Amino acid sequence: MENPIPSIRVQPKSGTIIRWLLIGIAFLFLFLFLLLPLFTVFYEALKEGAQAYLASLTEPDALAAIRLTLLTAAIAVPLNLIFGIAASWAIAKFEFRGKHLLLTLIDLPFAVSPVISGLIFVLLFGTEGLFAPLLAKYDVQIIFAVPGIILATVFVTFPFVARELIPLMQSQGTEEEEAARSLGASGWQIFFRVTLPNMKWGLLYGVILCNARAMGEFGAVSVVSGHIRGLTNTMPLHVEILYNEYNFAAAFAVASLLALLAIVTLIAKSIVEWKTVHQEYTRR
Amino acid sequence: MQRLREGNKGKRNGLLYGLVFSMMAALTLGGCSGSSKETGTAAEAGISAKEAVQILNVSYDPTRELYQEYDKAFSAYWKKKTGQTVNIKQSHGGSGKQARAVIDGLEADVVTLALAYDIDAIQSKGLIKENWQKILPSNSSPYTSTIVFLVRKGNPKGIKDWDDLIKPGVSIITPNPKTSGGARWNYLAAWGYALKKQGGDENKAKEFVTKIIKNVPVLDSGARGATTTFVERGIGDVLITWENDALLAVNKLGKGNFEIVNPSLSILAEPPVAVVDKVVDKRGTREISEEYLKYLYSEEGQEIAAKNYYRPESKTVAAKYGKQFPKINMFTIDELFGGWNQAQKAHFSDGGVFDQIYKP
Repeated sequence: MENPIPSIRVQPKSGTIIRWLLIGIAFLFLFLFLLLPLFTVFYEALKEGAQAYLASLTEPDALAAIRLTLLTAAIAVPLNLIFGIAASWAIAKFEFRGKHLLLTLIDLPFAVSPVISGLIFVLLFGTEGLFAPLLAKYDVQIIFAVPGIILATVFVTFPFVARELIPLMQSQGTEEEEAARSLGASGWQIFFRVTLPNMKWGLLYGVILCNARAMGEFGAVSVVSGHIRGLTNTMPLHVEILYNEYNFAAAFAVASLLALLAIVTLIAKSIVEWKTVHQEYTRR
Repeated sequence: MQRLREGNKGKRNGLLYGLVFSMMAALTLGGCSGSSKETGTAAEAGISAKEAVQILNVSYDPTRELYQEYDKAFSAYWKKKTGQTVNIKQSHGGSGKQARAVIDGLEADVVTLALAYDIDAIQSKGLIKENWQKILPSNSSPYTSTIVFLVRKGNPKGIKDWDDLIKPGVSIITPNPKTSGGARWNYLAAWGYALKKQGGDENKAKEFVTKIIKNVPVLDSGARGATTTFVERGIGDVLITWENDALLAVNKLGKGNFEIVNPSLSILAEPPVAVVDKVVDKRGTREISEEYLKYLYSEEGQEIAAKNYYRPESKTVAAKYGKQFPKINMFTIDELFGGWNQAQKAHFSDGGVFDQIYKP
């Protein structure tokens, strides 16, 4: 009778010390590696005053970079949204040959270094590339121009939506679709009334991550961009250019916009995560 | 109850997705119209003389400030002369990398690179005429520079000449000659110094440069990266760099924090310029591109070069800025290495001397 009591008392005590130690380490780590750099970005950006900060963001080349980044994301994200839904629906709800091959291929952009992804497009669309004669014939410029940047971004952000949806849809199984089918629903009806509502939070989560990467991608875009100020410069590339011009305050000002995007992404992500858990819970 | 809820949910979701899809469509459409507008202006550029024209200057790393100022001056000059508005776009990066991009299809009207070899590489692909370096005066180099040392204030390691660089404990910053034009000039300057001092003994020169490379903790990919490593990150005792970048660092970046040390012997660095014939003929921008390069030799162009710490080609402007550019004994690449093609082959090609001595 007496034995269990001390053991219960001792355990939480040493447990609390270890717990607080672990929490402390985690917070210290977070502070050093996440908060401090984030703070530095904003500190450096605002060092020369709010006016200089605004000026470096509204300067024509910076505006062009922001516009190009938004345009790139506005094309890459919807494309990968459609592809992601199609691929995950096919993989999770149907059985077919080559399914595993498709799954592996979807992961390819994750496995390849972004610089290599960029080089692939140079090798395909460059003047010494595979499609060079065709492009020359119709006078189409793909790399070192906006289409190349969009292509590279689409390639790099390809897996985000699909990767998010496949496990979710697989865990949900096909019972609800089968039930809808037996009640006489058509394919589109099943998709819009059953499948899509079930996956909406996972889908949103994937889109948020996809968007963040599309706007922040550096490596692949750097290879195909040609770095022309005001024409083929995305925001991450513009940060590099400003930094190389010893224009540190302006570089950090543009970087702070990207940091803000990251913060918004994180907040949106946590909301969606919470909603996903909530949805799972109510489903049960 | 269950059915009612489901129904409601379905309706709301339908609305939500309708919204999402219409937004997507709008964005995609907006994107398409945006990009088609872009290609439209690109195609129109340079067709009619009075319409605004756009040209692209693909340049190397440290010329950013120079061309920012020069492009403004040239636009004003061209507008006054022809009434046409010109919009000059700039692209900067490591010289070798930039040449590669032009070969791969970056549509540069003019290239202004760090060394002749990189323009030769573009020429060898048929984009530029063979005799390009004879078209403009002084080997098509409107400005020159040389290689000097940048040290920290008070020169704590007492660096006065190349010999001081091989002392143990001296940490040297220089970029990677494989990617950076400036680094190739640095390397050849050191080699040339050793060669002259040792009476032309190639093996002794190789030994000397090997010792220098041993003292380099980081090889950045470009001149600007190396300067930032030295100036901003505070790594290294001495930076081997372009005279123009050293002067910029001393005057603009850290006033009073750095000193320039001129070695007893250095190399005459000639960064050449050329019109990319294939591109200007296709875009119809030959006239303005040629004038753009020619104007670099004008009084105004030379003045801007000197102001941005490049040694001007013009004698009168050079005299005016004499204080800024002390006399340094220089040798040329043709004298000691038989030109860029030979130097490149012997030293920087795969398996060349640099690959033999650089073992990270």
